[in-house]
Amino acid sequence: MSGLLKSSIGRKFAMALSALFLMIFLLQHFAINILSVFSADAFNKASHFMGTFWAVQYLLQPVLIFGVIFHFAMGFVLEIKNKSARNVKYAKNNGGANSTWMSRNMIYSGLFILIFLIIHFIDFWIPEMNTKYIQGDFSGMHNGEFRYFHELQEKFVPMWRVALYCLGFVFLALHLLHGFNSAFQSVGANNKYTKGLKTFSKIYAIGLPLGFIIIALFHHFNHH
Amino acid sequence: MNLTLKIWRQKNASDKGKMVDYKINDVSPDMSFLEMLDVLNTQLIESGDEPVAFDHDCREGICGMCSLYINGEAHGPDRGVTTCQLHMRKFKDGDTIYIEPFRAKAFPVIKDLVVDRSSFDRIQHAGGFISVNTSGNTQDANAIPINKENADKAFDAATCIGCGACVATCKNSSAMLYVSAKVSQFALLPQGQVEATDRVLNMVKQMDEEGFGNCTNTGACEVECPKGISLENIARMNTEFLKASLKG
Repeated sequence: MSGLLKSSIGRKFAMALSALFLMIFLLQHFAINILSVFSADAFNKASHFMGTFWAVQYLLQPVLIFGVIFHFAMGFVLEIKNKSARNVKYAKNNGGANSTWMSRNMIYSGLFILIFLIIHFIDFWIPEMNTKYIQGDFSGMHNGEFRYFHELQEKFVPMWRVALYCLGFVFLALHLLHGFNSAFQSVGANNKYTKGLKTFSKIYAIGLPLGFIIIALFHHFNHH
Repeated sequence: MNLTLKIWRQKNASDKGKMVDYKINDVSPDMSFLEMLDVLNTQLIESGDEPVAFDHDCREGICGMCSLYINGEAHGPDRGVTTCQLHMRKFKDGDTIYIEPFRAKAFPVIKDLVVDRSSFDRIQHAGGFISVNTSGNTQDANAIPINKENADKAFDAATCIGCGACVATCKNSSAMLYVSAKVSQFALLPQGQVEATDRVLNMVKQMDEEGFGNCTNTGACEVECPKGISLENIARMNTEFLKASLKG
């Protein structure tokens, strides 16, 4: 048991578990964001709950941050180890003949998602932490009304940020198109349900990022 | 057919090696790829040059000895065949063909296109076997009932010829398809249960020590495998390994 994380399979298993956790988180994130398209009031209430409920803030948030850092760090560690397993490159390699572009370039789609995440943190998470934990303002109010919806719309006014967000989600879709199935294969789930799972993974991998893109575009074009 | 061949030449394990161009004319489409190399080698010997060293043995697609990376694919552009079963009809007159050895740190080049795949043997020695009591009370294997589905899957896994195409084609030089086939062929049968825990732990440990990379589930190995070994075996090995790790 102690040597599990030192083994290639153990590391892949840990990578897959963190990926599955992040995919569940994405779904939850989307569920709250999509509220902003239908009702500013519902979005404000949900955001305030997530931003102030102790279990979310002090339990789930640290676990999420650990999960994100672990997934990226382990991804880089595995990439370096994998690169070193072939010291002389092929003069001609036809990777497209036997595997998808997404599966061969997870590190690059992952790197772009990391850049996107850093910008996303600067945009939303750091100001939120500043308001609550440095300024000590847990009210969620600004000028007598909830600030969350207004802040969200403000962020999606500049075209460059909307374009960057859309591109970030395109890379997320590419990452998930391989990552979703790959996570199940890594934890040993390749059975009679695999075919159905592959269909579901395509729906998730394209549908969820597309949903985030629609939200960003909606707020860009419906800003008051 | 007249062809241009770009072949990896390397005098010995410590030589740096390089790609060298050769012209070969009047190649019959009915020749096998290795026969075409035989013709080239005859040409080279007649002109006083060193022939190209390459591995081969049965030339019937069953021994797993031939091992060429042809035009960017392990065993060439055909599916479900080894290099010896690849025919020149798969190429066109005037083609340029890249011929390289299987590349992985765990498969060091010995000479030209010949690589040392004894890392596979060491993995096999680490646990790819079963112990049978031969004291006189040995139970007839055919007397042990085995589920048909498992018997078929074990047989399919056992068709792995250990050629190393999975490693060569994997972008990470991972040996997981090979190791998983060897683990699965025993894990699926009652005779393999006694040593199941030690087997998977020891074989994976040896695989890691040999310097193979990690599987990232690209599936390239399954596509290029001349015996069609399924990725399902890797999933099974992952489960076996996790179960064994929790026990051990």
